[in-house]
Amino acid sequence: MSKDIVIPGYLLGENINGGDGTFRDGNKVYSAIYGVAKRVNNKVEVISLKGKYNPKKGDLLIGIVTEITFSMWILDINSPYDGFLYLSDYFKKIEKEDMSKELRIGETVVAKVKEIETPMRVNLTLNDNRCKVIRTGVVVDVPYAKIPVIIGKGGSTINLIKKETNCDIFVAQNGRVWINGSDEMIKLVINIIKTIEKEECSDNISEKITKLIQKEKKR
Amino acid sequence: MQSKREMKIEEKPERLIVDGVRLDGRKKDEIRPIKIEAGVMNRADGSCYIEWGKNKIIAAVYGPREVHPRHLQETYRAIIRYRYNMASFAVDERRKPGPDRRSIEISKVSREAIEPVLMLEQYPRSSIDVFVEVLQADAGTRAAGITAASVALADAGIPMKNLVSAISVGKVDGEVVLDLDKKEDNFGDADMPVAMIVDSGDVTLLQMDGVLTKDEFMEALELAKKGCKYIYDIQRECLISKYKKVNSD
Repeated sequence: MSKDIVIPGYLLGENINGGDGTFRDGNKVYSAIYGVAKRVNNKVEVISLKGKYNPKKGDLLIGIVTEITFSMWILDINSPYDGFLYLSDYFKKIEKEDMSKELRIGETVVAKVKEIETPMRVNLTLNDNRCKVIRTGVVVDVPYAKIPVIIGKGGSTINLIKKETNCDIFVAQNGRVWINGSDEMIKLVINIIKTIEKEECSDNISEKITKLIQKEKKR
Repeated sequence: MQSKREMKIEEKPERLIVDGVRLDGRKKDEIRPIKIEAGVMNRADGSCYIEWGKNKIIAAVYGPREVHPRHLQETYRAIIRYRYNMASFAVDERRKPGPDRRSIEISKVSREAIEPVLMLEQYPRSSIDVFVEVLQADAGTRAAGITAASVALADAGIPMKNLVSAISVGKVDGEVVLDLDKKEDNFGDADMPVAMIVDSGDVTLLQMDGVLTKDEFMEALELAKKGCKYIYDIQRECLISKYKKVNSD
């Protein structure tokens, strides 16, 4: 696997498969965004360094309720589009009158993207065992493009942080991270996440995190 | 006693080109020094600062984001809004702040110059807002603005087919020259800003003020192509080096 930095319009290759962040003209594949090109065998994709979250079916998101209408909650999902959570997609069957009692404006939920209707109507659901209403802990915003870095290869980075700090952490696809634990540890996790954000794509992230945690623990 | 605020009225130099060398010492096909930096603003999704000779321009991109007012939104694609604005202190004599006939026109043509490369259909019902602020002007600001806006759009991570590069050409003292400065613009015979997609050779903006013969026009366009290629290399270098700098820290 090779990595290199590409700009929009850069010719990635001919007769290869283009993944995310590429476009095709005839049999040539070009980069559509400014980012890092990753090549695996015959496939190439470009990973953006910045950018807004574009909802995909099946993603788990952290949303904040902004509005309640007669049959759904409207959620801010940190993207150009609103998320719609219908009454029928709530955990259990409830009456319309009880909507604002169950989930108030300003409350935070982990929800799953059920489907996306064209043009970009994002329907959410809570019918998944990972979905829940968040009433404890802290939610922090991180740049959407940094999510894969925070998670790490096969979850290595996030698991390391969880183990070292004893916190419950949930990284949502839309660039929000929920952290639950003792106050001090929450502060430390936020600190670690901010460090990762600045690091961009350096390779020895896990070493740096371990150092940072040890420094904090000595205090 | 002479007041300090009294304007010096600039007089036309006798000749703008002497022995093939221009007033500022450049050759006919030489470009003023250019410095581009991407990602200069924290709050913007993408940004770019350009110094092109004495021009100083900052471009910021916000979005894709929700469209306000709502009635402007398009169902199947993103809309793009481009605002070219010149600061009141950007020119010798104080300019009245706010949009005027000239900046509204430049906003429109610049928007149309960058629109063909953007893949707007990927973000339906949203808007991409581009703000170009001219802090100091010395001719060729619309070309520099488009150049900066295109880098800022790439920096914002917006999907696009290619970068747009722009430059102005013109006729001074009966000769076709590249990248006019203020004096050449004011006292020259013609000024022609050109924006193009260098890889495909597509021209996305072409305006002309003044008089050129057909042969001169063709010569000017060839020169602009050469200039845009040079600008494109600087844009690419700027984006690639920004990443490298972060990585080596």
